[in-house]
Amino acid sequence: MSLTRAEVEHIAQLARLELTDEEIEQYREQLSDVLDYVARLQGLDTSGIPPTASVLPPRTVLREDQPRPSLPREAVLANAAETTDGQFRVPPVFGGQE
Amino acid sequence: MMLTVTEALRALARGEISSRELTSEVLSHIARLDPLVHAFLTVTPESALEAADEADRRRAEARRSGEPVPPLLGLPIAVKDVLSTKGIRTTCGSRILENYIPPFDATAVERLKAAGVVIVGKTNTDEFAMGSSTENSAYGVTHNPWDLERVPGGSSGGSAAAVAARMVPAALGTDTGGSVRQPASFCGVTGLKPTYGRVSRYGLIAYGSSLDTVGVLTQTAEDAALFLHLMAGQDPLDATSMDMPVPPATIQPREDFRGLKIGVPKEYFTEGIQPAVERAVRAALDLMADMGAEIREISLPHTEYAVPVYYLIAPAEASANLARFDGIRYGPRAQADTMWDVFYRTRGRLFGPEVKRRIMLGTYALSAGYYDAYYGQAQKVRTLIKRDFEQAFTEVDLIAAPVAPTTAFRIGEHTGDPLSMYLEDVFTLPANLAGVPGIAFPVGFDDLGLPIGLQFMGPHFGETLLLEAAHLYQQATDWHRHAPDPLAEDDEE
Repeated sequence: MSLTRAEVEHIAQLARLELTDEEIEQYREQLSDVLDYVARLQGLDTSGIPPTASVLPPRTVLREDQPRPSLPREAVLANAAETTDGQFRVPPVFGGQE
Repeated sequence: MMLTVTEALRALARGEISSRELTSEVLSHIARLDPLVHAFLTVTPESALEAADEADRRRAEARRSGEPVPPLLGLPIAVKDVLSTKGIRTTCGSRILENYIPPFDATAVERLKAAGVVIVGKTNTDEFAMGSSTENSAYGVTHNPWDLERVPGGSSGGSAAAVAARMVPAALGTDTGGSVRQPASFCGVTGLKPTYGRVSRYGLIAYGSSLDTVGVLTQTAEDAALFLHLMAGQDPLDATSMDMPVPPATIQPREDFRGLKIGVPKEYFTEGIQPAVERAVRAALDLMADMGAEIREISLPHTEYAVPVYYLIAPAEASANLARFDGIRYGPRAQADTMWDVFYRTRGRLFGPEVKRRIMLGTYALSAGYYDAYYGQAQKVRTLIKRDFEQAFTEVDLIAAPVAPTTAFRIGEHTGDPLSMYLEDVFTLPANLAGVPGIAFPVGFDDLGLPIGLQFMGPHFGETLLLEAAHLYQQATDWHRHAPDPLAEDDEE
């Protein structure tokens, strides 16, 4: 299984990762190796085997729906790169070539 | 600082040492040894000494009033830097959280603080706990105190090295695919990975949510039992934490191993295993047999699939969990004209190579057209691995196996070849995939004097028996008493 550069670029886009040319080439090779290795799972007959998403017994956890204090606003904003008027500040969502 | 947790607590209780003295001693050991070992990313002397003084005041007061004191009052510990600590920088070994100061404590940390611990600092880790050597930290590798040119294992390599070098009596770690047990083995300390759901994951910055567990590294099983007792139990802030009776704080002493059936999976003694590792593990099993254990060969037939299953499921979960790091709510931000470019650039530049590799792998495994073949199939094979354990525990009480195929490898040995690094995890991944508890502890040394570990694995919520058995072995041997001297080693070079 050999990934193409275009495939790597597509995955990087889905994952919101800006990669350099060298990184694209490096990940193309390394991810191809890993995918070759994990392909051994495909030889295993798993018909009738249910998937395991959690090792815990299936159950529903309930609690009273009661309001309780949240973190203070300053504490929540304290780690942000940019804030304004008590809110997170971001650059325009639409702009440039959009 | 050769004291175990139990010894330190006894000395504190008897008034032989104050928390300030103990904490100062810990801080001076860190100052002397950590320039060589680099186990710590952050050391917090001011807040630690303040907490120590407060602990001493409380103890003095309790002595006057006759009130009981919290069980760990005044005990200095370290915390892996993927666990949130209120007011103390928590980086996950990543530049993307370079300046992140959590506004809350992880539940495990909060419970230990309520029990009286003094936090002296945060330990190094592979970035977001993704790695088996601590080489993937954005802040430099941790050196194995037994041989500074070798890795301490990972991802809780900083915690393991700190306990091995006797800088702290205990350090918290996390284990998603072996990240407590494997560094414990490489560094010659005891490492407990609880059952999935035993200890709340709240405040553990998520890597693989169906696999992540919070554990502890100590010198002895006795110490690990006390920490588990204090951290365990249901937490309303983590819906996967289970309402199960918490294991006792102290281990019920056993005379011998009589009545215990210990299974030895034949799949864990494969060609790739270093002969010294097999020898030490077999010798430990012989001793257990001499002490009355019934040792039985068993089979965990799907062991060989643990690596491919893990390296699809964990990256898939990671790709979702790490979507939150986008330069908006925490961490530095790369400048760009639109919000989307802020995401791409911040993530592209501030995540390290292994994190990006796993995000890409997970994204691919979950993407349209590949989901069933990769992620879906991996989840089904995970069921087969889990059933292997369920079957085994109808025949035996415990499973004993090597922790890793080799002793600590050289820094840089696997860095060019990620797949060869992944294969190092072959013996630790199955317990995470099955959700069962494990404990690693030292059972010998190889020809180079590097520690070798053995792990017990038990059925879900079977920690009490794991701890009893490990404790009994430690009563009969002194491997866990050996400590490295990084300063002497540095002199030789």
